[in-house]
Amino acid sequence: MTTSTLIASKEQSCQTLLASGHTACTGCGEALAAKLVLGAAGPNVIVTDATGCLEVFTTRFPQSSWEVPFIHSLFENSAAVASGIEAALKALGRQNEAKVIAQGGDGGTADIGLQALSGMLERGHNILYVCYDNEAYMNTGVQRSGLTPFDCMTTTSPYGEFSWGNKHNKKDMPGIAAAHNIPYVATASVSFPKDIENKVKKALSISGPKYLQIHSPCPLGWKSNPQLTIKVAKLAVQTGLYPIFEMENGKITKVRKVTIPRTPVEEYLKIQGRFAHLFRSPNGKEEIQKIQAIADRNIEKYGLA
Amino acid sequence: MSTTFIEGSIAVAKTVGVCRPHVISAYPITPQTHIVEHLSELVANGELKTEYVNVESEHSAASVVLGASATGARTYTATTSQGFLLMIEVLYNIAGMRLPVVMTCVNRAVSAPINIWNDQQDSMTARDSGWIQLYAEDNQEASDMHLQAFKIAENKDVMLPVMVCMDGFVLTHSFEPIELISQENADKFLPPFKPQYYLTPKNPLSMGTMVGPEAYMETRYFIEKTMRTTLQVIGDVAADFHNQFGRFQGGLIDTYKVEDASLVLVAMGSIIGTLKDVVDELRTKGQKIGILKVRSYRPFPKDEIYRALNHVKEIAVLEKAISLGYGGILVNEIKSVFYGKPKTPKINGFILGLGGRDITVDTIHHVIKDTVKATFEEKFIGLNESLIGGK
Amino acid sequence: MRLDLGAIAKAGTSKANQTGGWRNFKPIFHQEKCVGCGLCKIYCPEGCVTMVEKKKYTVDYTYCKGCGICAEECSSGDIEMVVEEK
Repeated sequence: MTTSTLIASKEQSCQTLLASGHTACTGCGEALAAKLVLGAAGPNVIVTDATGCLEVFTTRFPQSSWEVPFIHSLFENSAAVASGIEAALKALGRQNEAKVIAQGGDGGTADIGLQALSGMLERGHNILYVCYDNEAYMNTGVQRSGLTPFDCMTTTSPYGEFSWGNKHNKKDMPGIAAAHNIPYVATASVSFPKDIENKVKKALSISGPKYLQIHSPCPLGWKSNPQLTIKVAKLAVQTGLYPIFEMENGKITKVRKVTIPRTPVEEYLKIQGRFAHLFRSPNGKEEIQKIQAIADRNIEKYGLA
Repeated sequence: MSTTFIEGSIAVAKTVGVCRPHVISAYPITPQTHIVEHLSELVANGELKTEYVNVESEHSAASVVLGASATGARTYTATTSQGFLLMIEVLYNIAGMRLPVVMTCVNRAVSAPINIWNDQQDSMTARDSGWIQLYAEDNQEASDMHLQAFKIAENKDVMLPVMVCMDGFVLTHSFEPIELISQENADKFLPPFKPQYYLTPKNPLSMGTMVGPEAYMETRYFIEKTMRTTLQVIGDVAADFHNQFGRFQGGLIDTYKVEDASLVLVAMGSIIGTLKDVVDELRTKGQKIGILKVRSYRPFPKDEIYRALNHVKEIAVLEKAISLGYGGILVNEIKSVFYGKPKTPKINGFILGLGGRDITVDTIHHVIKDTVKATFEEKFIGLNESLIGGK
Repeated sequence: MRLDLGAIAKAGTSKANQTGGWRNFKPIFHQEKCVGCGLCKIYCPEGCVTMVEKKKYTVDYTYCKGCGICAEECSSGDIEMVVEEK
């Protein structure tokens, strides 16, 4: 990865469709991800958003950070609201006026909003669904979600005598999306903005339902240094813990390879307070090995090496 | 105008069809199904040009029409009972976002125990949601109400959603001769929907913002104030309807032989038909008895009800819903109409017909006798003593 | 803004909110070693870094919350974080 491949196109750097003055925490990965998505999509979109950090920090009445038409309704219905928008544009003969982008956090997507998302994907709406994955319910104070990683400490999966944190693996949300036989599924990371730009543009050029999941560090919830947001996100990719891939019509067509020699997961875990208990406890090594095994499985499954 | 002998659900579906909704979204649930089945048939046959979105739940049905309405489309959905309860979160949202969605609430009992038959508990649970609620007495009224509903909802001084409530099975599955509304007449009555604001890149607005303590209360104030304005609009739309179609289908309340009555029965929905039979019979025997139908339950027409009933000595309120732990719902609202007024009539409440329990002419006679005889807050009528009395 | 019609807000109005007051650390763009990669601008979560000319970027302190991502990711070490004096 060279610096030159990171440089966004002229177009992207000119677009700021998420206005300054939003109230995201310092170093927020989700704010950055949303900015990059909008920058790639351009002004001719209508966006929905589930209840969550992004909605709260961008639309505190009477202000809004959105320079594109935006609607927030509820926590679990972003995909259904987007479906209604898309249907209305069709019915009103305004299909060419705007592309529709639905947004949600990991909880709004993989947990409470999964049913509405499944409906949207199944019905074939021409919508790009973007999941900003910061791996817990950050807006309510860092509670675990279906996309919280294994052994991660959250306020509802604390570390204790009988607990290493979150007991479950991340739900395979891209796999679930792909199981709906949709034309395009991809994952991305805020640390690779050019990749986000390419994926958003590609997704929007494809007709039908599309799913894009973007790994977006949350310094508050991950207990990481805000300055290191990009570093943390990059390490998730480089260790194999966050596989970056594209699936077209059910087949993986492109992956981002992990670094060789391989970066051990410790490098990723140790700079985040949400995994600090694994390093404090003498038995933590075994747990870290389990996490390493998850990375190894990802690397094998997606062919990342 | 000629009439067609037709099922209530089909009549409603046909009326909704001539209102030219751009987007319909619904999830099937008994006894709402015939309405949405017929609408999807109209779409399949090409008789209705609309985007019909088959969703995976009522929550999404309401969310789809929310999104479509915010994009500037005329929208419709229908549900009942459990589906209605699943929708409620979105129903509050639709009203709060001031989107003129029209829906049919086919009235049905609420689980547990599961029961598919008629009462009005479901729509009652959303009485505080900011939706205008109109209750239909028969299928002609139910059908006509839908045409009026769009006109009321989309009035620029209203911009609130309208719920047409019709009793499940009793109305939806019964056949009556109906004067159906032609496309030409519907177009004449109902202008195209022209929202002041909608989602478009041409004017990028943010809808559904977060409002803190500094302004949330004002959003409620505006809806409450609009509800007051709506009282007038409902009347105006009914008058327009009368002018064009020659039948009066509308207004906030209907009265039947109330002018000289000393006892008046107050109720909502299809029960009114049975009440009329009883009143006609008792009138031949010289009893001065009448009926007040609450047609617009939200907004609640306090003044109209007071004006209609201020000369009455006794009132019996009959309702197919209950606030468990308190008792009758409508009866207390009727009582509040008389609070602080110089003369208060005797007001007795009756809970009846829950979960589809038969309401017969005898039931009504019972209500009347009880009201003449005694004063009480409210009582269940038509209970099966063998199920509750045994030791 | 229309409070009477569902709390609608106008596009981009959050610019009235000067989040720069949150800052504890402040990025200094020396504009000396800059190679013009633009990473500071791309990675800024606030969208408050702009290009003045080729190889010259600047930050709008009205909004900069001082997260330090620009300094961390700068490919030429041109940006320095200093303590904000209040």
